[in-house]
Amino acid sequence: MASTGETESVRARISFYEDQGQYRGIFSWILTTDHKRIGLLYFVSVITFFFSGVVLGFFMRLEMVAPGGTIMGPQTYNSLFTLHGIIMIFLVVIPAIPTIFGNFFLPIQIGARDVAFPRINLLSWWLYIAGAITVMVSVFTGGGPPDTGWTFYAPYSLRTTVNVPMAVFGVFILGFSSILTGINFVTSTHMLRAPGMTWKRLPLFVWSIYSTSWVQILATPVIGITMVLIFLERFFGVGVFDPAKGGDPILYQHLFWIYSHPATYIMILPAMGIVSDVVPVFARKKIFGYMAIAISGVAIAAVGSLVWGHHMFVSGQSDFADILFSLLTFLVAIPSAIKVFNWIATLHKGSIVLEPPLFFCLAFIFLFSIGGLTGLIQGALAPNLHLHDTYWIPGHFHYIIFGGMGFGLFAAFHYWFPKMFGRMYHRKTAKLAWLILLVGFNIFYFSMLLLGWEGMPRRYYDYLPQFRTLHLTATFGSWILIAGLIIMFANLFRGLLKGEKAEDNPWGGATLEWQIPSPPPTENFEEIPTVEKGPYDFK
Amino acid sequence: MDEHKDYTGSKLGMWLFLLSEILLFGGLFILYSMYRYKHPVDFHLAAWELSRPLGTLNTLILLTSSLTMAFSIASLRRGDYRISKLFIIATIFLGFLFLGIKTIEWGAKIEHGIYPNSPRLLGRSKGEILFFGLYYSMTGLHALHILVGLLVLSIMFFLMIRGRINKDHCVPLENSGLYWHLVDIVWIFLFPLFYLIT
Repeated sequence: MASTGETESVRARISFYEDQGQYRGIFSWILTTDHKRIGLLYFVSVITFFFSGVVLGFFMRLEMVAPGGTIMGPQTYNSLFTLHGIIMIFLVVIPAIPTIFGNFFLPIQIGARDVAFPRINLLSWWLYIAGAITVMVSVFTGGGPPDTGWTFYAPYSLRTTVNVPMAVFGVFILGFSSILTGINFVTSTHMLRAPGMTWKRLPLFVWSIYSTSWVQILATPVIGITMVLIFLERFFGVGVFDPAKGGDPILYQHLFWIYSHPATYIMILPAMGIVSDVVPVFARKKIFGYMAIAISGVAIAAVGSLVWGHHMFVSGQSDFADILFSLLTFLVAIPSAIKVFNWIATLHKGSIVLEPPLFFCLAFIFLFSIGGLTGLIQGALAPNLHLHDTYWIPGHFHYIIFGGMGFGLFAAFHYWFPKMFGRMYHRKTAKLAWLILLVGFNIFYFSMLLLGWEGMPRRYYDYLPQFRTLHLTATFGSWILIAGLIIMFANLFRGLLKGEKAEDNPWGGATLEWQIPSPPPTENFEEIPTVEKGPYDFK
Repeated sequence: MDEHKDYTGSKLGMWLFLLSEILLFGGLFILYSMYRYKHPVDFHLAAWELSRPLGTLNTLILLTSSLTMAFSIASLRRGDYRISKLFIIATIFLGFLFLGIKTIEWGAKIEHGIYPNSPRLLGRSKGEILFFGLYYSMTGLHALHILVGLLVLSIMFFLMIRGRINKDHCVPLENSGLYWHLVDIVWIFLFPLFYLIT
């Protein structure tokens, strides 16, 4: 893709692991402004929180293995699903791909030495950690862990005695971190592209991070102010969401979803970018419909910002609003489907190489399609009345968030692992882990869809005997899924310690990160490359 | 790593940040318009109780501070550091003056028993409770932004003393100026919404 100068002289330069910068030991990490080190800081933090969320989810499922209180009471269960939601949404799913892989690879893929504001980048990580700690402290102090669900719906969040204010303050700080990351990526993409890196030559991963960053900048402030208002309400009783003082809880829901629906696109768009980058490499074929994929990402970001009301069909908003939001929701399906068809068309007649990253991408396409189609069912007004607040909803969004974003993240782990760490994991074990994950995932979450269809309400710690078989199946599926996770991460960890040395370009990728050594040197490129080809020209 | 300063990049980043600030206040403006639409008469009555002379004075002060801010940047660009520093001090002074008057206004209201969750306020109509809830939230958040602005301007002042900002590198002061103008503009909307439309 580019002339990176003399390969030998680049190889002679030391990797960013050996070049510690001006600090030593742990400080060379937590005070670094190198985008790759910051990416790895997020890598470690996000995986830590991911496993905390998994453990909470495991215990929730265990409670549901049989009717009645099995291992916990209702209050504990309420706290568990709230914390599972807060941790997974705000600490894992929203930041994961932009902060780990966006930080590590966006500058390299556009041919830059770092992001536009390296120090603000470090500040983002510190704010992320501060927000995470605030949320964690809220669990153990002031009346106990939050029990409102991750949505903090008023008026319950104003009345409950548990430590809601601290948790929402943590979410506010996390939002700040997210906005700064977004600003960094948008500015980097505009200002730091290498000569010849035109908008039509940007890797689709960069396009997806770019669209995501815009949503982060434009939507996150709204949840920021909403959280501040909950905070003010709890401490000063200003009354803006309290019906006793004339406030309107439905306005809270509007403000909350004005951010939180676009946030679901913050979650899924980067994963789509990864799939768009990985599929052509393993099909040995130029991506089908480059501009269609790039533009559909922006379209998802734009239209997706106007559909928040579909979370509120039974809230009492006007029928006209219901119809409008339902229509707009259907419209989002179009750009999403464009992407799916383009990935399939890229695979068509390609010389497919079945390596782990592609396996995860194929799982993404399959699971995301189920998630997307179930989304259309609940996006229609009549079925929504039946499905609202049932297990169907968590079933649907786990297909999108875990099946889509999660498997996209796993694809990224397996695709960029050799570049990030300079070593290779055991490929057969990775494929085995993929199979176990896929089987466990579907047993688990398809049961949830069926439970919801039959009327099992979500967020209950107990259920009627008729749901017994499906709940047992779901819990069984969760064990398989967790086994798959353990195998996958153990394999990656083993690869990190003992894996064979990876080549610079093990997959034959054409984007810029594959043209530099593994792991990359501190400044990525000895001299800024001049780009002469597109990101998917494999010749 | 080589020292790298990107003028356009810094400006772009700042504008993106300001965009996010507008949306932060945007959430409150949405609430204001919805509640005003629901309780037009209550909002009308409550707005009469705010002091228009003090509000107008504060508007003038803040507008003047934007002017001194612009003068400071212009002097810096010309390399007239002494004048530039004087204008920063003037801006900081006007900012404090604004906060002082704001404190007097809030103090008077609180003395009359009008503050969130106060027994007297809760005894009034729901529209008035909401009006004062929003009044304290929005002007409070705005005052917080003024405070942050004053902190930033003080840092700029010290950076200028140490020569870290000069006519070849004036982007930090220009960006601080942009922030200060934004805070000013937010007030330009708050003032009529709370004091003038009755």
